[in-house]
Amino acid sequence: MKLLVCVSKTPDTTTKISFTDNDTNFNTQGVQFIMNPYDEWYALVRALELKEQLGSGTVTLINIGPADNDTVIRKGLAIGADDAVRIDADPSNSFFVAKQIAEYAKAQSYDIIFLGKETIDYNGAEVGSVVAELVDMPFISFATHLEVSGNTATVTRDIEGGSEVLEVDTPFVISAAKGLAEQRIPNMRGIMMAKRKPLNVVTPVEADGMVSVTKYELPTGKTACKYVDADNMDELVSLLHNEAKVI
Amino acid sequence: MAILVYASSAEGKLKKSAFEVVTYGKKAAAILGCEVHALVLGAAEDAGKLGEYGAAKVFHLSDAGLENFDSQTHANVTAQVADKIGATLVLCAHDSFGKSLVGRLAVRLNAGAVSGANSLPSMDGGFAVNKNVFSGKAIATYTISSDKRVISVMGNTFPPEVVGNAVQPESIDVTIPANRVRVKEVKTVKGTVPLPEAELVVSAGRGVKASENWGIIEELANTISATTACSRPVADMGWRPHHEHVGQTGVAIRPNLYIAIGISGAIQHLAGVNQSKTIVVINKDPEAPFFKAADYGVVGDLFDVVPKLTAAIKKHQSS
Repeated sequence: MKLLVCVSKTPDTTTKISFTDNDTNFNTQGVQFIMNPYDEWYALVRALELKEQLGSGTVTLINIGPADNDTVIRKGLAIGADDAVRIDADPSNSFFVAKQIAEYAKAQSYDIIFLGKETIDYNGAEVGSVVAELVDMPFISFATHLEVSGNTATVTRDIEGGSEVLEVDTPFVISAAKGLAEQRIPNMRGIMMAKRKPLNVVTPVEADGMVSVTKYELPTGKTACKYVDADNMDELVSLLHNEAKVI
Repeated sequence: MAILVYASSAEGKLKKSAFEVVTYGKKAAAILGCEVHALVLGAAEDAGKLGEYGAAKVFHLSDAGLENFDSQTHANVTAQVADKIGATLVLCAHDSFGKSLVGRLAVRLNAGAVSGANSLPSMDGGFAVNKNVFSGKAIATYTISSDKRVISVMGNTFPPEVVGNAVQPESIDVTIPANRVRVKEVKTVKGTVPLPEAELVVSAGRGVKASENWGIIEELANTISATTACSRPVADMGWRPHHEHVGQTGVAIRPNLYIAIGISGAIQHLAGVNQSKTIVVINKDPEAPFFKAADYGVVGDLFDVVPKLTAAIKKHQSS
């Protein structure tokens, strides 16, 4: 099976967020970047497991970004992907990113295209469905379980208050949620091998997402926590009823 | 020109989000100067009720091929209806199904899209909406430059408002493509409000020490008809089902009241709950980081505090 895994570079979860250029750009100064956890822990690892189970196939990584992103891509290769493609462009919005992935994927006929359920920076969860529409494939979002037998996959996905079990034939696009696989830590052999694996740099195609961020702001700070004595729950109930008006 | 709302249904009835998104649509329609129409795909006995929330027309298609959600089929049909009524704005809920429609609709309609909007459109200097980014650590204003737009609306943000009367649902002529995804089984918990829709949530973490101690959490939740949730370690240890896990890797929620019991408040947990309107934190550690995000805090042993809180609520309810 030919498997494609879309990986993003995102700021680490604990990053302190600030902006530049009159609050129109994210300030990347001093920010630690990582591979988007949903892409790395669940999407990539499940793709590798499938290849191992089937005993054949390839796992290719695709990323949209500048040369700085190669560190993140090499980590994916160290975890076990066979090769990688970097579309050399600024990943300006979801549509632009999805269009690059779709254009590349169309020419390669992948059986499954994996990505994480969302990126932890813009939290849009849009790329998967745009790719699926552009390449005319089914899209299964928030997958927590995936088994493949022949050309048919059985997938469990999260829905509100429960889950759904689906069947779908390859090719398809799938977004990975917690549970799809267990995180793998690259070992020294993987890191050494990653240096020699192919990382192809490709020129982007034109795409206009028709959307742009024109301003950022930080949420207004919470007022300080009001402490209530553990022996005075009547007071807490009164505050929730009269002040917060939630019960 | 019109606004089209994709209204979600489940098990033969509209979901709460359908009323929220129509309410959002009605308010957006006042800004844009047009009507809002709703589209319901699959069985929903109460489809006409959307009229009460401002839908001038409700299109209801209950063909068998639309009963189960397949993003490809539902996006295809929704785009056909949007074209027929000349919709310049298509709205859906930012839930597990809506999230997989936004991108497809954007491609089909050649529209700019924003997912998870939490403000009404502003027309000063172009069509713009806000959404939370960086897991709630910042707010971004997105400007859409195209004539057509697709937006998914964050749940529990625009409470449903009755503004009119029910309408008679009507049909509309569309071509329904064959589903390529086959739904085999749907497992949902009966009798409780699903977490993303819940207005009151009682959640507990490692502090409860063992699954058999969950009773006091459940009793508090039952007293105020809240939905229960848990932190990641509790789900990982199998004390509670996976779908109750809130936080960055679990479900992101924004209820009116979130009571966090024995949860320290790691940044990954806060990312999933920091949009809650009122947060109560009960923890024996006064240094627990969660207190910084709390509106009300109680420092104390949960095994002592929680039963007292339950009793105090019962007393309040009977007075």
